[in-house]
Amino acid sequence: MTAEPCTDFPRIAPIGLDGVIVQFGPALSEVANRAALAFCAAVERDPPEGVEEVSTSLVSTYLRFDPLFLSLEALRADLDARLTHEDWYAAPLPEGRRLLRIPTVYGGDFGPQLGEAAEAAGLSAEAAQRELSQAQVRVNAIGFAPGQPYLGTLPEAWDIPRQAGLTPKVPEGALVVAIRQFVLFSVSAPTGWRQVGRTAAPLFRPESETPFLLRPGDEVIFDSVPAEAWDRLSDDPKGGVTVEPFA
Amino acid sequence: MSALEVLQAGPGVTVQDGGRPGYMALGLSRGGAADRLALAEGAALLRQPPGTALELAGYGGRFRADVACRIALTGAPMRATLEGAPLSWNASHVLPAGAVLEIGGALSGVYGYLTPGGGFDLPEELGARSAHLNAGLGRLLEAGDRLPLAADKGRETGLTLDPVDRFGGGLLRVLPSLQTGMFPEEMRARFVEERFARDSRGNRMGIRLTPEGEGYGLTEGQSIVSEVITPGDIQIPGDGAPYVLLYECQTTGGYPRIGTVIPADLPRVAQAAPGVELRFRFVSRAEALEAEAGYRRALGAIAVRPLVRDPADMPDLLSHSLISGVTAGEEHS
Repeated sequence: MTAEPCTDFPRIAPIGLDGVIVQFGPALSEVANRAALAFCAAVERDPPEGVEEVSTSLVSTYLRFDPLFLSLEALRADLDARLTHEDWYAAPLPEGRRLLRIPTVYGGDFGPQLGEAAEAAGLSAEAAQRELSQAQVRVNAIGFAPGQPYLGTLPEAWDIPRQAGLTPKVPEGALVVAIRQFVLFSVSAPTGWRQVGRTAAPLFRPESETPFLLRPGDEVIFDSVPAEAWDRLSDDPKGGVTVEPFA
Repeated sequence: MSALEVLQAGPGVTVQDGGRPGYMALGLSRGGAADRLALAEGAALLRQPPGTALELAGYGGRFRADVACRIALTGAPMRATLEGAPLSWNASHVLPAGAVLEIGGALSGVYGYLTPGGGFDLPEELGARSAHLNAGLGRLLEAGDRLPLAADKGRETGLTLDPVDRFGGGLLRVLPSLQTGMFPEEMRARFVEERFARDSRGNRMGIRLTPEGEGYGLTEGQSIVSEVITPGDIQIPGDGAPYVLLYECQTTGGYPRIGTVIPADLPRVAQAAPGVELRFRFVSRAEALEAEAGYRRALGAIAVRPLVRDPADMPDLLSHSLISGVTAGEEHS
């Protein structure tokens, strides 16, 4: 994980007729993700007129705008000025982030591929579980499904590839791992990532006052709990998750 | 409370509206009616602002209201009857209390719309009433569902319009996207020459196209960092067959994109039925902006006129109304 930003970045590219991304790197890195989150927060505080929505992906800030009101050229000039004015690679993460501790049952039926993932990472199953449950990871982005986080960055050993085939279905709450990231599934879905554990965290509850548990930039620890704790966790509407202010 | 009752539902009947923009950062795409133009046409026929409607994917169903209400039928033309008597599509009508409205399969296109006067009086979820099946918001409607009708201030019915023809495929205008330049010149040339067939795989998230010859797969495709997706994006997954995304797509994706269909042509994408032919043409941003301005003008000023029945249909209509007691149970599906 180099802190050296690539010279071609940041760069601005249109997405369709009504969107642009400001890309901070060619691949996921801590510094590119941090820059994207910081830039997004800054644009959100002071959006150019005509911008209708801002969001982030792993390495980019996305802006959706009304192209008949605000020209791409004018928006590009505005963003260029903001990029010149500040070194976003050196910017701190936005304020208001939180630390969530999410109880997780690792291995067995709850993480059927823990052994396989550990082997790919060159670790024993016990050491793998210890590393994963002690890692403090950032919500790098939310995507694919509502409330579903991509979290990183895990230690170097976890730069393991996705499996060649797809697991036809992992359950809601499945914690999966690959390429130094976790994904925590908010819905039951097929995946090429390996399932190492399961949580009862309520990632998306549309009927609730707070429909989304996580926000981009939050920090998470997937604490290891014994399998016997599962019934209690799944009965708890909060899934045993605790939330505290972080920064 | 007055309600529209679902007596029988086709396999893809949902409540839809303009969708819920603003939740991209949290992984929820905007969703909403697959054919935004049909939603606007329904509203225009009832002289009301666009709101909620029933979206009928491929097939309608049987419906009955417990009070007299106004309805408009738009989008993919479907065979509709009221107590057995044929009803014009692309028109507004009175649905008398207790009368059975039957809507059959799509004659062309995919998504038909049944808009009630005043819309449905349903609670909002995250700022909208539309079902977003992929996100678990709302659900497919089924027999026995009762949809509360909102108060209808309008009175006028018997209006019709000439819909933009978008139900048989055709040419889609495309802007370059993030990875367009990664596709070799030869492939991009082939892409705009080819006549694609809409595959049977397709839903509110997007439609798959079958190439005539070899596909459009890129070998570097696997290593692209996952990036924001916008409706209209044309993804090329590993099998090389283009997949055009619609409003209920995922919010991010890692497949390379060869281009993005402009918003004005998304109704045509949504309404392409399996087997229909679609082609692509790259356009400049200036041309896309001009198309967008025209599309928005058209959405805001849909021309409606009185529905005049074709005299040729009259005997049929008369016979139906004269013996409605006999034909009420007739099945036309």
